[in-house]
Amino acid sequence: MALAKFTSSSRSNLLKPLTTVFSTSDSFRRPISTSTDPLTIETSVPFTSHKCEPPSRSVETTPQELISFFKDMAMMRRMEIAADSLYKAKLIRGFCHLYDGQEAVAVGMEAAITKKDSIITAYRDHCTFVGRGGTLLEVFAELMGRQAGCSKGKGGSMHFYKKEAGFYGGHGIVGAQVPLGCGLAFAQKYSKDETVTFALYGDGAANQGQLFEALNISALWDLPVILVCENNHYGMGTAEWRAAKSPAYYKRGDYVPGLKVDGMDALAVKQACKFAKEHVLRNGPIILEMDTYRYHGHSMSDPGSTYRTRDEISGVRQERDPIERIRKVILAYDLATEKELKDFEKEIRKEVDQAIAQAKESPMPEPSELFTNVYVKGLGTEAFGADRKEVRAVLP
Amino acid sequence: MASCLRRYGRRLSVSICEKRELSTACEGQIILQQHQQLQQTAKSMNLCSAINQALHLALETDPRSYVFGEDVSFGGVFRCTTGLTERFGKNRVFNTPLCEQGIVGFGIGLAAMGNRAIAEIQFADYIYPAFDQIVNEAAKFRYRSGNQYDCGGLTIRAPYGAVGHGGHYHSQSPEAFFCHVPGIKVVIPRSPLQAKGLLLSCIRDPNPVVFFEPKWLYRLAVEEVPEHDYMLPLSEAEVIREGSDITLVGWGAQLSVMEQACTDAEKDGISCELIDLKTLIPWDRETVEASVRKTGRLLISHEAPVTGGFGAEISASIVERCFLRLEAPIARVCGLDTPFPLVFEPFYMPTKNKILDAIKSTVNY
Ligand SMILES: Cc1ncc(C[n+]2csc(CCOP(=O)(O)OP(=O)(O)O)c2C)c(N)n1
Ligand SMILES: [Mg+2]
Repeated sequence: MALAKFTSSSRSNLLKPLTTVFSTSDSFRRPISTSTDPLTIETSVPFTSHKCEPPSRSVETTPQELISFFKDMAMMRRMEIAADSLYKAKLIRGFCHLYDGQEAVAVGMEAAITKKDSIITAYRDHCTFVGRGGTLLEVFAELMGRQAGCSKGKGGSMHFYKKEAGFYGGHGIVGAQVPLGCGLAFAQKYSKDETVTFALYGDGAANQGQLFEALNISALWDLPVILVCENNHYGMGTAEWRAAKSPAYYKRGDYVPGLKVDGMDALAVKQACKFAKEHVLRNGPIILEMDTYRYHGHSMSDPGSTYRTRDEISGVRQERDPIERIRKVILAYDLATEKELKDFEKEIRKEVDQAIAQAKESPMPEPSELFTNVYVKGLGTEAFGADRKEVRAVLP
Repeated sequence: MASCLRRYGRRLSVSICEKRELSTACEGQIILQQHQQLQQTAKSMNLCSAINQALHLALETDPRSYVFGEDVSFGGVFRCTTGLTERFGKNRVFNTPLCEQGIVGFGIGLAAMGNRAIAEIQFADYIYPAFDQIVNEAAKFRYRSGNQYDCGGLTIRAPYGAVGHGGHYHSQSPEAFFCHVPGIKVVIPRSPLQAKGLLLSCIRDPNPVVFFEPKWLYRLAVEEVPEHDYMLPLSEAEVIREGSDITLVGWGAQLSVMEQACTDAEKDGISCELIDLKTLIPWDRETVEASVRKTGRLLISHEAPVTGGFGAEISASIVERCFLRLEAPIARVCGLDTPFPLVFEPFYMPTKNKILDAIKSTVNY
């Protein structure tokens, strides 16, 4: 893999031991080093572009950033594995789609943009939410339908939002979030504050008509929107080639430029998103196709092994895993020891367990919440006849 | 619930309709089948298998029939289309890309050329991207072309309704939207036996049909289902429990809940008549009217939100027809006027106890 190719400028400036950080353990998010000395690392593979000049393969980063990539992705991974167990224990109900394998997209994207930029995605939204600064407690509480959840327990797995960080959240209808994203971008263009919207969708969603409708509108009006196709190569059980005449999703905007990115390489994602943000502010929309992979099945009812081979899954884990890639970079540059990284992971495990315990303490929403937020006021939410007696909700 | 449905099964197996109202391309075959029926047996199966059998029969009896939708050639998310591709080949049973508007539009075109297009929408919650195709294209094709064209061979299957923890987008009951559209039929079965016979009728009906399958019952409802090819009439409601004090009308999964309420009410000396509407449009007013004339009271129950639900239409029609016979206001025990909730599903649902309460208050009005 391309990890061997490093062009470091500051190998001498390595990080000091991590142990001190861990002994305090108040927050594993605290960087182990304040070193922000630039480091240049080559992306795994070159970008492939459509109707635009691709950005450079050399990505500027810092030891601090690499360590934070590692920690953030390791936390996302652990969180999703924990959600899997909670689902199996029936503590999470409803439909639940996990993101493990795709972490580099969420993390790399965040590294290139600010919280003033907007992100909107589909139902596979846990990690995107965490990327925007969502907490583990908010995640687990929402998953279990508790008041402490990011949507007050009313949304569940598919409906995470974080308004103050521009996360327009999780949408259940495949493809529907993309036109919304274009609307967000239109508002951003109006406000002239140089912010953009990232509208995420899957390879399956790429075949929905409304995507193309929205793309045309966005191109016509030069909207600062980046359509991010998270191509994990399957839409439920359907391999991309079965559903798409052209699985080159970055080219499917025809008149809209596109870039194909190794979505398992957080640095490549970061580079692409940085490039895309600048591009759309000047020229209107662009498509980023993130070549990625989901390890879990589509949702909790899909074992994920009937339409693809176990070899394929383990092959990706071995060759392309986004966390392992960053681990290798960190070790190769001697930014931390193997043991220190393992300790990080242990710490994360603890944090996740604590968040779950805390989430379990959070109460379910009040029954009256059934009727709130349908309208601004409780108009039209009256329950009739026998229902009223049964529900005993205080109508607002 | 399963045992309750099994009881339906026994009761209903005597009332299978052998009437064939459609002129299909295979008259001879039908006569042959009716003849063979006498020796044929029933087999215990769930609703999912019953649907699967109906699809097998549909494809077998009409070489110009096709089954398609998201992941259907792999069996579909509920396994209802299992084995069809193996049996009939990938030219007749095939996966489509993820695009509901495309699926339905494509089905209309296929049907307009004289084929039977059996389209699956993975969940009824995902039928909305295809709403325009159904409402504006499918429903009005015959009318606006002065009967030159139609898409009568189109049947859209979609699992609907609650499953206990489906949340906002895997639980909805959108039937009422489609009941507002002259030109399509809306059919909802309550049990495996019904599902097989009604689905075959829908597929062979010369009008476009939306067929909603109660997904809660896919595995839960088990009953004896005849192995042979049979059809149940559309637009014919069925009295599945006779009574004299109050009429209850419902469809789909809700009937087994209503049946339990009837049984409980009986313990309190209230005699309930329970009607399965089966076809929502065009619906069988006569059967409901006759029943209400007898009992003087009506309760309608469905999972969809009460406001603008199909219960409202039934209620209005019955008031028009039986005003002087009514002894109490018509009761509706339905879903609440909220989005389908995740954690609040038990509150939202028109449960047995809510129905029982409403039965009592209506009877004691
Ligand atoms: C309109 C609509 N149709 C169908 C579904 C059911 N469904 C949910 S996810 C999915 C597959 C989507 O695949 P993709 O876009 O590749 O996203 P991924 O799950 O791989 O992240 C399907 C068919 C839906 N939610 N909405
Ligand atoms: Mg996908």
